[in-house]
Amino acid sequence: MHTDAGVEARLPIRSDMDLVWVRQHVRQAAARLGFGLVDQTKLVTAASELARNTLVHGGGGLMEASHVADGGTDGLRLTFSDTGPGIPDLDRALSDGYTSGGGLGMGLGGSRRLVHDFVVESVPGSGTTVRVTSWVSRPPRPREEA
Amino acid sequence: MPEHDTGGTLGTPAQEVGGFLRRRSEQVAQRWADEPLFRTVFTVSRDEAVEAGKAIVDALAHVADTQRVEDPDAAGFTGVREQLARMGAARSRAGLSATQVSAELAALLPPVENLLVADLDGQEPERVRECTTALSVLMGTLRLVAMQTALSEVQALTDRQRLQLLEVATPVIKLWDGIVAVPLIGTLDSARSQVVMETLLEAVVDQHARFAILDITGVPTVDSLVAQHLMKTVAAARLMGAECVVSGIRPAIAQTMVHLGLDLGTVKTRASLADALGYCLHELGANIVNAAPDGAGRR
Ligand SMILES: Nc1ncnc2c1ncn2[C@@H]1O[C@H](COP(=O)(O)OP(=O)(O)OP(=O)(O)O)[C@@H](O)[C@H]1O
Ligand SMILES: [Mg+2]
Repeated sequence: MHTDAGVEARLPIRSDMDLVWVRQHVRQAAARLGFGLVDQTKLVTAASELARNTLVHGGGGLMEASHVADGGTDGLRLTFSDTGPGIPDLDRALSDGYTSGGGLGMGLGGSRRLVHDFVVESVPGSGTTVRVTSWVSRPPRPREEA
Repeated sequence: MPEHDTGGTLGTPAQEVGGFLRRRSEQVAQRWADEPLFRTVFTVSRDEAVEAGKAIVDALAHVADTQRVEDPDAAGFTGVREQLARMGAARSRAGLSATQVSAELAALLPPVENLLVADLDGQEPERVRECTTALSVLMGTLRLVAMQTALSEVQALTDRQRLQLLEVATPVIKLWDGIVAVPLIGTLDSARSQVVMETLLEAVVDQHARFAILDITGVPTVDSLVAQHLMKTVAAARLMGAECVVSGIRPAIAQTMVHLGLDLGTVKTRASLADALGYCLHELGANIVNAAPDGAGRR
């Protein structure tokens, strides 16, 4: 039987503590969809970066996780959204080493390299949405009944 | 506010429900005492269950009087929050899931509803419907209050555990004269890394350490913030005259760091804690002699 329980979620991003739940959920969801250890780690790390941006730069928001399927391939889609100040210059924000705060400036550009698909929509003054998707590279393991 | 209602049509449906709850407080509590939620929590005496039930009925009546049947923050609930929390906690200790506890709370509605309908006998069907709706909304809110209270207990518990973890999870171990090690376990957020840095620097001073090993085998995620914290710790230790070695970067984490574009710069890294120790000993000029040397012929 096919179940998305444990994958689909809407998690608030309002505190450091919420970042812990986000990472935990992404790890669990990725494992459930059949991602291998390295790909799980990449997804969790990308989620950690993007969720922290939502919190620190966007003033808090939400992560939505969903299961996507393309033909026989399963994927995990994560959408981070906030209603913060937005990103005025996207190219600059994506370049390695650019930070408007005291960070390393590696989060946004780095997380783009950690996932298969990366879309940013940002409207200055009204918020930012980053949507990333990765696909399981090998046939998924048979899922246990929930 | 009228001291005593006589059962006639009075005020809004919510207020009518409030009057009913006040009048029938004893009967409602008696019936609830037989429901699983009360029966299993108050095992010592039935009177205790009835008393607890009455306190909740009174709270509900107060909330209905103030016309806030939909509001979990209504003042009327304040007095019973703690009791609801205790009941919920007792049920989860007995192994019930949140859904099951919620179902037990939902089961409190039918007995009250039957009493209400009997009480309103003879009134317009429309009025009866409005009153039962108000009652079921009110009971739904009670359920919400109970679940909220239970959740905030869990939150308080995790916050406490987290603070405890902050304190205990950063032991500094002296491995050798001049070599200390910190095995990092769990999430290295800003608060944790502050503690780690302080403990490590103290140990460097106290033990006159020339080398400090940061072992991250137990850190599940290394993102840019964790890397930044590590580098700051290394830089601070260097200022104190100690060289840091980072060990325990697992293969999956190493690959991820490369894609993310993180490189630890001039920081020495070693695969395992043992390798890191070997490196430090070598740098200190200590000679490690193999336990089983060339002496195959010796007896
Ligand atoms: N959700 C967001 N809302 C507004 N601005 C953002 C958002 N996400 C990123 N930015 C902008 O893009 C810049 C680059 O982000 P990036 O994550 O690469 O670096 P950083 O967060 O500053 O540092 P770190 O390397 O620690 O992540 C940020 O400094 C910020 O100005
Ligand atoms: Mg960032």
